[in-house]
Amino acid sequence: MNVKNEKLAIKIDDLTVAYDYKPVLWDIDLKIPEGVLMAIVGPNGAGKSTLIKAILGIIKPIAGSVKIFGKPYKTQRAKVAYVPQKGTVDWDFPTTALDVVMMGTYGSLGWIKRPGQAQRKSALEALEKVGMLAFKNRQISQLSGGQQQRIFLARALVQNASIYFMDEPFQGVDATTERAIIKILKELRDAGKTLIVVHHDLQTVPEYFNWVTFLNVKGIASGPVKDIFNDDNLTKTYGINYKVAINP
Amino acid sequence: MNITEYFSMLFTDYTLGVITLGTAVLGAVCGMLGSFAVLRRQSLLGDAISHAALPGIALAFLLTGTKQTHFLLLGALISGLLGTFWIKSIVKKTRLKNDTALGLILSLFFGFGMLLLTFIQKLPNANQAGLDKYLFGQAATLMVQDVYVMIGVTGVSLFFLLLFWKELKLLLFDPDYTLTLGFNTRFLDILITSFIVLAIVLGLQTVGVVLMSAMLLAPAAAARQWTNRLSVMIFLAAIFGAFSGVLGTAISASQNNLSTGPVIVLVAAVFVLLSFVFAPQRGLLARRIRFYRNRKELNLRKTLSVMYHIAQNHKDISHPHAIKILNNFHGYTRKTLNKLEEKNWVEIRGNQWSLTAKGYQEAENFYKPNEAIQDI
Repeated sequence: MNVKNEKLAIKIDDLTVAYDYKPVLWDIDLKIPEGVLMAIVGPNGAGKSTLIKAILGIIKPIAGSVKIFGKPYKTQRAKVAYVPQKGTVDWDFPTTALDVVMMGTYGSLGWIKRPGQAQRKSALEALEKVGMLAFKNRQISQLSGGQQQRIFLARALVQNASIYFMDEPFQGVDATTERAIIKILKELRDAGKTLIVVHHDLQTVPEYFNWVTFLNVKGIASGPVKDIFNDDNLTKTYGINYKVAINP
Repeated sequence: MNITEYFSMLFTDYTLGVITLGTAVLGAVCGMLGSFAVLRRQSLLGDAISHAALPGIALAFLLTGTKQTHFLLLGALISGLLGTFWIKSIVKKTRLKNDTALGLILSLFFGFGMLLLTFIQKLPNANQAGLDKYLFGQAATLMVQDVYVMIGVTGVSLFFLLLFWKELKLLLFDPDYTLTLGFNTRFLDILITSFIVLAIVLGLQTVGVVLMSAMLLAPAAAARQWTNRLSVMIFLAAIFGAFSGVLGTAISASQNNLSTGPVIVLVAAVFVLLSFVFAPQRGLLARRIRFYRNRKELNLRKTLSVMYHIAQNHKDISHPHAIKILNNFHGYTRKTLNKLEEKNWVEIRGNQWSLTAKGYQEAENFYKPNEAIQDI
C-alpha cells in the first residue's frame, strides 16, 4: 500500500459512517493516487456505495475527513463527477435522453442560468461517445437497461471532471455495453483521470482495473491490482476461503 | 338554472364570476404544483398537509375569536407547515418509512383538529357555527379578496418555478446527483414544499380538508398521460385543474344541493379517467390497439418468413410456388396473402405466388439483430 510521491487524487482519514449505532464504515484510511482506474470490491453490505456517498457528501459521516487533491471536497466539486446506481431514479420521468445528459452541464452553469447551444453541443458529443446519438430524443423509459447506463455515463462525461465515481456501472447491462463502458473508462484513465468504480465481478478485476480497494466495513487493503489482488486479501474481505482463477 | 344559463350569467353576475375565477385559479395552481408532488413520489404528502391544517384553523379561531378567512387560513398555514416538516424530520431522524410518518402525522393532526372543532361547537357564545365548512369546503364563501390572494400566490410560485426551473427539474429526477453538482437541495426542497403547503391552504376554503389532495394529484396524473415532456405536463396539469374548477362550479351552481368542492374533485377524476383510457401513447386504448396491430403484423411476417425460406432454395428468388404449399403453415390465411400482395412483397398469379425483391429484402431485415446497441 505504499503510495510514494505520486499526487494523491483522494485522501481519506478516519472516515466513519453509522446508521444509528451500527457502523457501516469503520475508520477508513485511504489514499488514491491520481490517474488510476480503481475497483472497490467487497461483499453485500460492506459499505461500498456508502463510501462513495460519504466522499460526495450525500451521506454525512460521523467522523473523519476527505480531501480531494489536498483540499476539502466542497471546494472541489467541479472536479468530481458521479454516476449513481441506475435503480435510484424513476426512469418513467417525463424527459428525453439528451435532456438527462444535459443535466451534466448544470453544475458548471450554476444557479438560474439556463443551458444554451454550447451545453447542447457538449451533451451531443457525450452521447456520440457512448454510442447513443441516435437515441437522443428517445423518452428515457423506452431505453434498455444498458442504454440507460450509457446515458448516465454520458451525463458524467459532460461534466469533464478529473475524478469519476461510479456505483455499479455494469449492473444489469449486456456484454456489449460492458465492453463499451470499460473502453471509455480506460480511455479516461489513459488521459490522466481518476476513476473509482464499485464493482461486483471479481473475475474481471485484473482485466479491467489497475488499482483495487478491498472493503468490508473496515478497509482491508488498497493498492495496485498486480500486487494485492490475491487469495489472502479476498479471503480477508469475503470471510470464506477464496481462490481466484486468474489466467496467467 | 341550467349550464348554458350559468355560462351566460358568468360575465354579468359578480358573485358567480368571482367564484368561478377563484376555482379556476385554484385548480391551475394546484395542478402546477401537484405535478411536483406526483413526480417526487410524494403524492400522499398533500393529503397529510391538508389534514394537518385543520387544528390550525380551530386554534386560530380560539385565539382570535374571529372567523375572518385570512386569520383562519394563516393558522392553517402554520399548522400545515409544522406537520410537513415534522413528517420530514421523522423520516430523517428515525427509521420509520415515509408512509408511516405521513399516516401518523395525518391522523394525529386531524384527530386533534376534530377534537378542537367539537370543543368549539359546545362553547356558549354562538358565533362558532361554520368552522366545519373547512372539512368539505364551501366555494360560495369565496370573496374577491380571496381570489386576489390566490392570484398573487399563483404568480409568485410561477415566478420561482421559472426562475429555478433547471434546478427543480434536476431535483425531481435525481436528488443525490443534484447535491453533487453543488446545488442546495434543502433550499429547493423547502421552496417547493412551502408552495405546495400554500396551495393546499388556499384550497381549504373551497374544497376542504378531506378532498384537497385530489386537487393536487388528479390534474397531474391526468397530464402525465398525454406527454413525455415535463414542461408540457405541468402546463397541461394547470389547464386540467382550471377546467375542473370551472366545470365543477358550473355543474354545482346549475343543480341544487350539490356542494362545489366534491363536484370539482369528481370532474378532475373524470379527466383522469379519460386520460387513462384515451391518451395517445400511454392510454389503455392505444396500448390495446398497438397490441392487436403488432399481432396482425407479426402473423404477416411469419407467413413472409416461411415464403423467404422456400424462396431461398431457388436461384431465382422470384420463382413461383403453389399457394397450396403454404396451407400447412401456421399464420397463413387468404387474407394475409392479399395483404402481402398489397404491400408489394409478393406477386400472385393464378394459384401461384412468388416473392418480390422488396419482399425478400423485408424478410432478410427481419432476421437481422435489433437496431439497438452497437459497439463503440
